Amino acid sequence: MVEFALPKNSRITGGKTWPKPAGATELREFRVYRWNPDDGKNPSVDTYYVDTNDCGPMVLDGLIWIKNHIDPSLTFRRSCREGVCGSCAMNIDGQNTLACTRSMHDVKDGAVKVNPLPHQPVVKDLVPDLTNFYAQYASVEPWLKTTSPTPQKEWRQSHEDREKLDGLYECILCACCSTSCPSYWWNSERYLGPAALLQANRWVSDSRDEATGERLDNLEDPFRLYRCHTIMNCAKACPKGLNPAEAIAELKLKMVERQV
Amino acid sequence: MSASDTPKRSMRTPLGRVRNLGAAHSGTGDFWRQRMTGVAMVLIMIPAIAVIMMLFGRNQAFAAQTLGSLPIAIIMLFFIVASTWHMKIGMQVVIEDYVHNEKLKLAVIMLNNFFSIAVALASIYAILKLSSGV
Repeated sequence: MVEFALPKNSRITGGKTWPKPAGATELREFRVYRWNPDDGKNPSVDTYYVDTNDCGPMVLDGLIWIKNHIDPSLTFRRSCREGVCGSCAMNIDGQNTLACTRSMHDVKDGAVKVNPLPHQPVVKDLVPDLTNFYAQYASVEPWLKTTSPTPQKEWRQSHEDREKLDGLYECILCACCSTSCPSYWWNSERYLGPAALLQANRWVSDSRDEATGERLDNLEDPFRLYRCHTIMNCAKACPKGLNPAEAIAELKLKMVERQV
Repeated sequence: MSASDTPKRSMRTPLGRVRNLGAAHSGTGDFWRQRMTGVAMVLIMIPAIAVIMMLFGRNQAFAAQTLGSLPIAIIMLFFIVASTWHMKIGMQVVIEDYVHNEKLKLAVIMLNNFFSIAVALASIYAILKLSSGV
């Protein structure tokens, strides 16, 4: 059966409260999930105080400030710090989003609570293991597949057909959507999840691709595709403003269209 | 996923685990039928409730007379078929979502099918019996 409670070794225990930085005039409290695979202890939530006059406005700025000034052992992924790479996806104030584009001032009511993306194995602190997520992306074969002879120049596409990819190609694979989906929580080993399905629809919708039917064959499955129950958490979580639920609905429509 | 197949113990590649047994090439039928029976129930629900309200507090003879009317009997039969079919598919989705033990899942899905068919057959038998006046 589905497990509704965390396993014993994943239950969160009380954490450390780090001292407030001396001389700071404006402080913001951060409560950050900590787990170290090497010390054999349960995860905890540590409390830090960030000097907001000494760092940028985003949650990622706060985390980097903590790492630089308080606790160098705090572990998280980050790279572009402008919402393009998707590395710093985490759960902030109860919602999956990118730490680099979420302002700490938009988090109301006290502390900024930061946790790793839900329902994924944790590598350390805020770093989730996304191996399964990336394998699911690979399984939709996200590249152009053709059998016609390759043209001398490029594969051509009309402006109208190119527009059909809007709202699909912008996905940065941050995993905010998939890890916000309850259906993905319960069945992530069989359900491909919103991100991989949005990407699948990106290639199914590409007028240049010649493997549309095979792609649909590969998705037609009670678990791979039809675990989506239109819960819409994916659309709410997406930091790029995309709508994976709509992309999945389009896939289902195409499935029906070729049968009925 | 069986215990021996869990990511920690298996040496299978992540892509191999995701592809697993391959796509079932089914599911669209159930998806379409669930929508179709849903729309059917939206259409038939009010007439069916009206018939049920008419029969409240009345005796068997009145019920037999009412259901003896062909349109009313068809409305009720249509309602039973659509609702039990919808119920069966909906319950199966819930089972597939939450029951992960393969043997238990197969057993529960089988029971769900038996239950839905039994409810449908009993209801259809009752309607036919009353409408035929036997």
